[in-house]
Amino acid sequence: MADTAAAHTEAHAEPNYLAVFGWLFILTVIEVGVIFVPIPWLMIAGALVILALVKASLVAIYFMHLKFEKLVIWWIAVIPVILCVFLIFMLIPELA
Amino acid sequence: MSQAATLHREPAESPLTPESWGKLGMWIFLCGDAMTFGTLIVTFGIMRIAADNWPVPAEVLGINLTAAMTFLLICSSVTMVKALSGIKRGNMQEFRKFMLLTILGGTAFLLLQAYEWNHLIHLGVTITENKYGSPVFGDTFYIMTGFHGMHVFGGVVYLAVILVGGLTGRIHQGNSSVVEIAGLYWHFVDLVWILIFTFVYLL
Repeated sequence: MADTAAAHTEAHAEPNYLAVFGWLFILTVIEVGVIFVPIPWLMIAGALVILALVKASLVAIYFMHLKFEKLVIWWIAVIPVILCVFLIFMLIPELA
Repeated sequence: MSQAATLHREPAESPLTPESWGKLGMWIFLCGDAMTFGTLIVTFGIMRIAADNWPVPAEVLGINLTAAMTFLLICSSVTMVKALSGIKRGNMQEFRKFMLLTILGGTAFLLLQAYEWNHLIHLGVTITENKYGSPVFGDTFYIMTGFHGMHVFGGVVYLAVILVGGLTGRIHQGNSSVVEIAGLYWHFVDLVWILIFTFVYLL
């Protein structure tokens, strides 16, 4: 049993962690740079949200090995995201 | 015949290994933790939009320092995967080296955060007051970075326990899944910081 488990974890090739690190670094530099670009704040905000979500996904998929996980783990990871979107829509009326 | 068919449907690997239970447990914990952080971030966003005198974060908070802190946490995530990769191959020396680097990264992060908080309190940004505008700014800032900082502190302690386990020989190639599970927690803390850095410091 332990042998099959070990074989399973060794089955997938190790992702290129340095490449992921490079992307995270580049995206962070873009994020810090984009706030000084003279475009409307909403565009900056939109760009920042997208960049942050891409970076967070990179960490989850490669560093947290979500790429190699079973469907149940994906569901566990996605539930808080769904609830956050739900919460956003629940709170938007408060702004009016 | 029917028995053979039933056997055929059995999964090749039982889901009931201690490794996968531990991992599942950590994922469920992180799911709950993500809900807490998600609630903090979403309510922060709503309050930020609703407030009329929100300061420009880049003018109050040190973006350069916190960008360096982000870099530090990303680096410590890389050293964490290197530590796991080391112990999986049975290279305990590599495991010890990279675990130590990860713990040092987390500790440096905490020291920088302590410096930042101290600096901001002297500037007049506290949990109840804010010289630069809406008091909710200071309020949400300390709650979010503080809650995250506690996670980093907990993570440093957690990783230190794992490293000591590796030094005493209780953690080795055969049970390296505990390192993977600790890594999940550590990467999650990194992931949350990426979001907090963007939403609190840049937006």
